[in-house]
Amino acid sequence: MTQAPTPNSFRTGPDEKGLFGIYGGRFVAETLMPLILELEQAYRDAKADPSFQTELNSFLTHFVGRPSPLYYAERLTQHLGGAKIYFKREDLNHTGAHKINNVLGQIMLARRMGKKRIIAETGAGQHGVATATACARFGLKCVVYMGEVDIERQKPNVFRMKLLGAEVVPALSGSRTLKDALNEALRDWVANVEDTFYCIGTVAGPHPYPEMVRDFQCVIGEETRKQMLHQEGRLPDSLVAAIGGGSNAMGLFHPFLDDTSVEIHGVEAAGLGLKTKTKHAASITGGKPGVLHGNRTYLLMDDDGQIIEGHSISAGLDYPGIGPEHAWLNDIGRVKYVSATDKEALEAFQLCSALEGIIPALEPSHAIAHAMKIAPKLPKDHLMVINMSGRGDKDIFTVADILGVKL
Amino acid sequence: MTTRIDTRFAALKKEGRAALVTFITAGDPDYKTSLKIISGLPKAGADVIEFGMPFTDPMADGPAIQAGGLRALKAGATMKKTLALLKDFRKGDDTTPVVLMGYYNPIYVYGVEKFLKDAKAAGADGLIVVDLPPEEDDELCIPAMKAGLNFIRLTTPTTDDARAPAVFTNTSGFVYYVSVLGITGTKAPDLKSVKANVRRLKKHTRLPICVGFGVKTAEQAKAIAADADGVVVGSALVSAVADNLTRTGKPGPGTVDAVHKLVKKIAKGVRS
Repeated sequence: MTQAPTPNSFRTGPDEKGLFGIYGGRFVAETLMPLILELEQAYRDAKADPSFQTELNSFLTHFVGRPSPLYYAERLTQHLGGAKIYFKREDLNHTGAHKINNVLGQIMLARRMGKKRIIAETGAGQHGVATATACARFGLKCVVYMGEVDIERQKPNVFRMKLLGAEVVPALSGSRTLKDALNEALRDWVANVEDTFYCIGTVAGPHPYPEMVRDFQCVIGEETRKQMLHQEGRLPDSLVAAIGGGSNAMGLFHPFLDDTSVEIHGVEAAGLGLKTKTKHAASITGGKPGVLHGNRTYLLMDDDGQIIEGHSISAGLDYPGIGPEHAWLNDIGRVKYVSATDKEALEAFQLCSALEGIIPALEPSHAIAHAMKIAPKLPKDHLMVINMSGRGDKDIFTVADILGVKL
Repeated sequence: MTTRIDTRFAALKKEGRAALVTFITAGDPDYKTSLKIISGLPKAGADVIEFGMPFTDPMADGPAIQAGGLRALKAGATMKKTLALLKDFRKGDDTTPVVLMGYYNPIYVYGVEKFLKDAKAAGADGLIVVDLPPEEDDELCIPAMKAGLNFIRLTTPTTDDARAPAVFTNTSGFVYYVSVLGITGTKAPDLKSVKANVRRLKKHTRLPICVGFGVKTAEQAKAIAADADGVVVGSALVSAVADNLTRTGKPGPGTVDAVHKLVKKIAKGVRS
């Protein structure tokens, strides 16, 4: 493949066809095409309407609790002995993760469009809980699709969603995990185009979702920029975030893409190791380009183009694809995509809990694991930001199980 | 370029009747049985055959066709084998039009140019690729038409008069009207709305319009054939395969016959 020339800005995508380089696009059934065009128009209108942003900001402040702190992780920094590490505390948001930033944006857009019924897919349940929360707040009907296997793995979140008034529908097709929940949500949407809004949880899916979800998550990076300038008087030197579909990472990265002094690391889930071929969820470092769920991007698949479900200790990273903008940022070399195994994430999970008094979710534990590899070699004046994308309360059962502790 | 599809629809027009288009997942429940099922379809009354190309994540399909695809994949189906199956079918039938239907990823991974060349050589006449709307025509539609294959478009109840011109540009062979909002094989089509929509779409295209999604019985087929140029039956046939497997999921003595019997019944409806 020939290397594409470096663009003047890394922040102008996608183009009018929804493409980031060759990635993205609108690979959907014809039934959905008019809806996607309508959604794109509605989003453009909302973006241009200051009252939309004002209302959204008000909810982000008073309902979510933004801005989230940029916290100096002093003991982790001392322990690793190198870079000065900060956590962007998305775990302190209402519902315990970054997911709510995007959900609120989409739900307010759905209201603007007059849609009364919201559908969503969820893997670990974080996006499902966030969607159910926003729907409860605005009195909208909410249906969440969740793989049957994940429902079993994530019972507390299933109960949370039900408390919030959502209907949780098990996805019984295929491998019965996140990718199948996405398939089922798309099938629901095709059947209920008139009154239903599909609230996608990550920077993937057909255009305009990757762009729209990114825009709603960019609040993470915009705040980080301001906070770092305020606290340290300069920009960070590096950013580290975990990637499943890639929404927390894109939200942190995007506002810094044109600051070429900032090194950016996206950490995929290497599961039991990239050598296992099927026991990881690292789409970029272990997959190849293909087309699924409305967009072209890196996917985990076999030689015949059949999708492999992927594996990770973290149910939130357990997706066989990645947002198309990440695929593009990888190919042009602006972001470095690396991976961390289940074992490394588990160590980071425990270390962070013990040193910082913060139990991280297993997803950002992958980012911490990567920081543990690179921070010791970096100078003490190197400023590193790790996106603490969610809190680990939901994961204590999984971790206890692996550590052989009975709860 | 005239394909077998064009020839067949022209002949049926002369006969004054609608076409029966049958969908079978290639390689379901295994290669050998699938070849027997497909080879017997023309005699049972099928005018056009759609070979479903199995895919793990068929987002527009209902439970029946999802399961058919997974059965085929489990039995070792690949794109190569689907094309081999078509080649084997062509040994005994050089006139029945064959449309390859499925999703883009297995084609993209196989390689678009290579796929078009191999599909044409195997005896394919047209393609239906569910997740390639007109907005993505550069991917496969335009290369396919250049390669002499019809690119058949899905139109749906959401294809309104404003959208129709986009959908009917760069298409050939026939038009597949999806009669329901939803996935294959679940809801039954509302015959009144089908009639109105077929008439409406006829104003936009001179291509034959075939109607599918949810057609299960000879009665429905008969009613639809009164207005449309063809009736597509898929999930009902794939279900007939599933319902006539042994308890361990293997093809039994009645598997092939059950499908052909159902096709005969529906063909009668289309022709009455």
